[in-house]
Amino acid sequence: MVIVPVAYLPTSSKELSSWRTSRPVIDYSKCTRCAICWKFCPDVAIDLSPDPSLSAPNDRFKALEAPRIDYDHCKGCGICAEECPFDAIAMVEEE
Amino acid sequence: MESIQASRRIMTGNEAVATGVKLSRVKVISAYPITPQTTIVEELAEMVANGELDSKFIEVESEHSALASVIASELSGARSFTASSSHGILYMHENLHWASGMRAPLVMSVVNRAIGPPWNIWSEQTDTFNQRDTGWLQIYCESNQEAMDSVLLGYKIAENKSILLPVMNMLDAFTLSHTSEPVEIRSERTAYDYLGDLDLDFKLDFKNPGGYGSLLGPDGPFMEMKKDMRDSMYNSIKLIKREISNFNDQFEANLPGLTENFMMEDADYALITTGAISSTAKYTVRKLRAQGLKTGLIRLFFYRPFPGDDILKAVRGLKGLGVVERNVSYGQRGPTYEDVVSSLYGKADVPVRNYVVGLGGRDIRVKDYEKMFENLVETDGGMEWINVGVT
Repeated sequence: MVIVPVAYLPTSSKELSSWRTSRPVIDYSKCTRCAICWKFCPDVAIDLSPDPSLSAPNDRFKALEAPRIDYDHCKGCGICAEECPFDAIAMVEEE
Repeated sequence: MESIQASRRIMTGNEAVATGVKLSRVKVISAYPITPQTTIVEELAEMVANGELDSKFIEVESEHSALASVIASELSGARSFTASSSHGILYMHENLHWASGMRAPLVMSVVNRAIGPPWNIWSEQTDTFNQRDTGWLQIYCESNQEAMDSVLLGYKIAENKSILLPVMNMLDAFTLSHTSEPVEIRSERTAYDYLGDLDLDFKLDFKNPGGYGSLLGPDGPFMEMKKDMRDSMYNSIKLIKREISNFNDQFEANLPGLTENFMMEDADYALITTGAISSTAKYTVRKLRAQGLKTGLIRLFFYRPFPGDDILKAVRGLKGLGVVERNVSYGQRGPTYEDVVSSLYGKADVPVRNYVVGLGGRDIRVKDYEKMFENLVETDGGMEWINVGVT
């Protein structure tokens, strides 16, 4: 029987945070949940889910799906921070 | 009793390929049109549209995507097909490696056409000789019958669980692709009994998700996988021989082995050719034999895996061997010449010459073959360009 390159391990099991030199941090008080960061992330490292406990510019935005960065897979490219029209994402240097 | 042959029809090489695909009950077809392959996919699109072929036809924006689509559909367990030519197959190059590395038993028909610049749509085999190291088995057809049969045979070999590598079958631009000749259409029932359904041990499955070809470090089984592919390719030689004789029995067909030896038994001088230009070479061999020169021909039906041992057996006792190359490589001799010489090295004492012919569709005539044989008798060593700079 031949060797077939199939793995039944989810790729999410690989932790790649060490690839990063700076991390994006979202200031939820400025975040309108527009999801532009989610759309632009080249590594699918931003998830969207509703979380009323997060702050928001006003209560109307709290009901919407909020972006959350998956720091196990974010490589720190900074595209989300560059694209955010509300300057709600800052790149913070990793220690 | 139903006849083995459904009917005999006059058809072009491209129609013959499309009919072979239909007989193989292919479930998914994806291709991007390129001259001179276009009529293969046109014919298939028509078969799908009029219900003759129960298959999904995926239209794509490029050859790269065409191959990516059929890799995925093949790995989900649906027998799949694509076809291309020339610059199209160069554009596929990356995915050729993915198809073989993922062990996707695809069949792709390639109509051999010149590589630019300058633009040229005529016959030449550089496009597929450039793909010899991609892990695909390569079959070069001499007739439209072989173009149809090698699709069926291709799936049978590719899907063999100890081979599991993709197959490309080649036909010469226009000489086969657009020229009509009689072809025996194999019966659908026999073809189905012969091929059966695709059965993969591993396949893409929503209920049991897995990753195909995920990242591996240097200590992962990366090298082992490459070795396994190479072993499978080498070991396939024996299985291919068995499958060809099985095919000939089942369909009352007349396919050669990995090579076809033509008048080689007592030959003094011989040529090695691939594809449709072999027919003119055979005519020349007969003609020269009538004049008293003991000539012969070896036609490569398979180029990968390379039938080195078969060639070694056939060339023993020759006084001269010419390797005819309808492709061009720069900075070294032609690829077929190198493969032949490396198969004979230290085992057979036969002078070997290299002839480059027919680039960009330039005609290869009987008198050109006569010149090659003349040259073989007189000298040895070196490379010769045939019919270049002659107006």
